Amino acid sequence: MKAVGLRILFYLAVVLLALIVLLPFLWMLISSLKTQIDIVAWPPKFIFSPTLQNYYKVFGEQDFIRYFINSTIVAVFAVGVSLLLGLPAAYSIARFSQRRLAMVILLARLMPGISFLMPWYIIFSRLGLMDSYVALVLSHVLITLPIVVWIMSSYFETIPLELEESAMVDGASRHYIFLKIILPLSGPGIITATTLSFIFSWNNFLFSQVLSMEKTRTLPIAVFNFLSYADIDWGGVMAASVAIMAPALVLTMIFQRYVVSGLTMGAVKG
Amino acid sequence: MTQNSYTDSNIRWIYPLPAILFVALLMVFPVLYTTYISLTNWTLTSGTAPSFIGLSNYGQVLLEPRFLQALWRTFVFTFSAVAVEAVLGVAAALLLNRVFVGRSVVKLLLLLPLVATPVAVGIVFNLFYDPTIGLANYVLESLGLPGSSWISHADTVLFSLVLVDVWQWTPMITLIVLAGLASLSDEPAEAARIDGANEWQIIRLITLPMVMPVIVTAVILRLIDALKTFDIIFAMTGGGPGYASETLNLIGYKYSFEYFRMGQAAVILMVLFLIVLACSVAITRLGKRIER
Repeated sequence: MKAVGLRILFYLAVVLLALIVLLPFLWMLISSLKTQIDIVAWPPKFIFSPTLQNYYKVFGEQDFIRYFINSTIVAVFAVGVSLLLGLPAAYSIARFSQRRLAMVILLARLMPGISFLMPWYIIFSRLGLMDSYVALVLSHVLITLPIVVWIMSSYFETIPLELEESAMVDGASRHYIFLKIILPLSGPGIITATTLSFIFSWNNFLFSQVLSMEKTRTLPIAVFNFLSYADIDWGGVMAASVAIMAPALVLTMIFQRYVVSGLTMGAVKG
Repeated sequence: MTQNSYTDSNIRWIYPLPAILFVALLMVFPVLYTTYISLTNWTLTSGTAPSFIGLSNYGQVLLEPRFLQALWRTFVFTFSAVAVEAVLGVAAALLLNRVFVGRSVVKLLLLLPLVATPVAVGIVFNLFYDPTIGLANYVLESLGLPGSSWISHADTVLFSLVLVDVWQWTPMITLIVLAGLASLSDEPAEAARIDGANEWQIIRLITLPMVMPVIVTAVILRLIDALKTFDIIFAMTGGGPGYASETLNLIGYKYSFEYFRMGQAAVILMVLFLIVLACSVAITRLGKRIER
């Protein structure tokens, strides 16, 4: 009997935990389907007739599709550049145990972004690069590059050295080995690095807030700008929030295994 | 295929070179530039060039009550958030570290807050906290408790922001500790069980000490990130009401991009930078100690 009681208690705790985690997402989704009248009702309404008008509003009137495209452009290029720069660097770090180099690149992940942002702002203004995709992508690469290097250097370390040694005996160059032997074996690592760095670029607020204006404005800024109206259109903001979170959440569900390993590997390795 | 001998023998610096150049250009140089700006008197909007004034910005900013309060608040926010996250996160990990129906679903759910856009999270919590239509006060009142003013009052704003951080980042600690627990060997716990130890004794005396290095690393990672919290505070309160939720990151932003007082802003950024750097050095030291 005691065991059954404990089991019930355990599942209650798990359900409570799941509810707490889910509540903000659910409330966001529910509110996005409400009319403004239903949202401001007191006590809060749990039963109401759902409407898609907020979504029509957001995507119709608010130019959201353009911000969506901007966010995608910036994230895709940031991830691409990070892979281009990060994969060879990570390989070198893994093969030659360049721990100091790894630390320097990791520092970019740890340091507060705002300490680079002010100088960037000044420099990019002088170069006429404010509100340009170039400036935005460069700034986002500083977020995504450390993720790629961190994940991939750990991944490359797990590939057995014997593979490379036998290829070297056969006269293959390092370059050839990296491109034709190591990279094809690195699929899972590259998926992890790509997914995570895409999400972190997608979610970035601070860099885009300062470096982008009308032309290159990304989604997080667009959502935030909703708030600056005196009378907050909660339904619209919530629909916009659903739209901005959906891609990251869907990616996470698809690549769950990779995202978990990417987020936890550093700490477990020590 | 062998003509690449030069590349081959120098691969250890050719391969990382582009990444190194990038980091130098976008990270090292800006930090040096910020250091220089912190020694100048410069308001971007004035149109005049920066003039060198030595350390007087430091004297001015470091003694300013608004700065000192933000500094103190940054620590209060960081330590209270991470302390709660550590306790809840480890507890949840110990709870979930067993085989049960729906384990994979729960693990997926735990991932969702970590990848949720912080600005949007902040906005959703704003709706929760709204004093007239928010769910938070509705829940409190349903339980017969008085409603709170949450983010609209100076006394409760920091606590309300800590709650958001706790919601979003506790799962990070849970997942890291779960991964740590999964990598442990069962043998010590089994041996203790055979010797008649109860579950609580096993957790306290065997499991927790074994997984402690992982917990410590997770907590330090969280500390570093919590020190830099910007998005939720900026989106939810903008540092207000008044200055009541301004952290270093927030006033750094305001001095730079609202007041354009670049010299003084640079001092704030330097302070934040040095604090985070100190924590980062601590984490690497710790990492080396754990490896040994």
